Amino acid sequence: MAVHSGAAASTATNASPKAGSAIFARSWTRLGLGLILPVLILLAWQLSTAAWVFSPVQLPSPRAVLDAGTELIGRNELFNHVAISTQRVLIGFLIGAVLGLSLGALVGLSKAADVLLGPTIGALRAVPSLAWVPLLILWMKIGEDSKVTLIVIGAFFPVFTTVSLALRHVDKNLVEAARAFGLKGLKLLTTVQLPAVVPAIFSGLRLALAQAWLFLVAAELIASSMGLGFLLTDSQNNGRTDRLLLAIVLLAILGKATDALLGLAEKWAVRRWS
Amino acid sequence: MPALLSPSVATASALPDPQGTAAMAVSFQNLGRSFGTGHGAHTVLREVSFDVQAGEIVALLGPSGCGKSTLLRAVAGLDTPSTGAVTINGTAVSGIDSRCAVAFQEPRLLPWKSIAGNVAIGVPAGANAARTREVVERLVGLVGLSEFAGHRPREVSGGMAQRASLARALARNPGVLLLDEPFGALDALTRITMQDLLLDVHQAEPTTVLLVTHDVDEALQLADHIILLGPDGTGAPGATIVRTVEVPGPRPRDRASTALAGLRSSLLASLGVNGH
Repeated sequence: MAVHSGAAASTATNASPKAGSAIFARSWTRLGLGLILPVLILLAWQLSTAAWVFSPVQLPSPRAVLDAGTELIGRNELFNHVAISTQRVLIGFLIGAVLGLSLGALVGLSKAADVLLGPTIGALRAVPSLAWVPLLILWMKIGEDSKVTLIVIGAFFPVFTTVSLALRHVDKNLVEAARAFGLKGLKLLTTVQLPAVVPAIFSGLRLALAQAWLFLVAAELIASSMGLGFLLTDSQNNGRTDRLLLAIVLLAILGKATDALLGLAEKWAVRRWS
Repeated sequence: MPALLSPSVATASALPDPQGTAAMAVSFQNLGRSFGTGHGAHTVLREVSFDVQAGEIVALLGPSGCGKSTLLRAVAGLDTPSTGAVTINGTAVSGIDSRCAVAFQEPRLLPWKSIAGNVAIGVPAGANAARTREVVERLVGLVGLSEFAGHRPREVSGGMAQRASLARALARNPGVLLLDEPFGALDALTRITMQDLLLDVHQAEPTTVLLVTHDVDEALQLADHIILLGPDGTGAPGATIVRTVEVPGPRPRDRASTALAGLRSSLLASLGVNGH
């Protein structure tokens, strides 16, 4: 036994620092490699505008887009657009994720809840997002509530679906063992079932975050006086293609940045609960 | 079955018991279990009746698929018999029974918890943090895993994981310890070490042990009584008790003893294997 134990201990202590530095080195390489394509696109964009392939109304130069950005920053507008959009996404995402997690757990674990709620939730999921907009505006007026609610709807379904499905496939042996030791209900859920589906929870959350940005723009395009979606329609109406492109680039950066943050949380959580 | 405590259990009872565990008697009364209904129904167990004295180690021996595990699950309350009942200290088992603790064939440890964290799952609800820590520390030490208390299950060997599973069961301070082929998946050397460990544990914390096994040698080494399950030859479906054997001699028993060798051949013959 002693020989056995010693071997296990040495592999465990040796493996971790090496693996850690390898991941660190690899993530910087990955970042560099991931930036190649955006740089190429930027270059092609610059060259095509410099060669007058498109008119400035069709495709303004990167420089013009940057100038539009600094101008909006100078007028103190850009920060407000970004801030209010980010706030709407985060609040909507958080509420949607919590609802999705709770209802997903309920439907995933209780046959009765699945039979009672499953068909209704499935039908609601089938409603296209934009169909909600007139109703939400009618009920909640054109304000924060209607926009955040639309984002809640968008964030809810991915979390709900992944969590409820994953909970049905938790290792039956582990659950039975925990039950044999007297765990049940909420304690069983938090000790065994939820930790077992952490990877699924995070893939649901990441889908939900992407949906939240999607639904944000849908909400802001239709009725708003601020935010990146508003910047898009406003620029379209005023023929400001430079601002339009600016809004698109900002949405891409914000979406990717929030997803990367969630990805870091996922990495930590998966290491902690697997 | 005659009430007979083996000498080793008698000495163990005299040892100071850290928790004051009272070993409990188990009684099977005409237990039967069928699965499915209509044409698809099949009977696994029928008319199983026997008594286990408090503090005894009883081995349930039989070929694969004869319902040994089903019998054990009925004691734990993980399964409900179709007919008959199991009683522990005279009261019937219904639902998950807090007087039992199970160690399964696989360790079934939570991969995201440390060995100590997994053993702590076994500590009955309601114990405070200090008490839990004390119990976990003592049991992790008892199964020889103190050095590995902070390791995750995947960082230790299969034998160590199985010891953690045993410690988790003991943490429940059970009146009846149910072992479902807990050493079946281990290599031969580790298995012998684990059998010796179980005897040490039984000395330190004498409790009633029901051990499911298909290994005749394991049953002879550990048990006071062996219950042999299988079809009884009448052609009736399902397994029942075909033979009950009292194993002679105090534990630990000499693995090479001639008395045990005779018993071994005879048990193998009952299982339909030529014992040579």
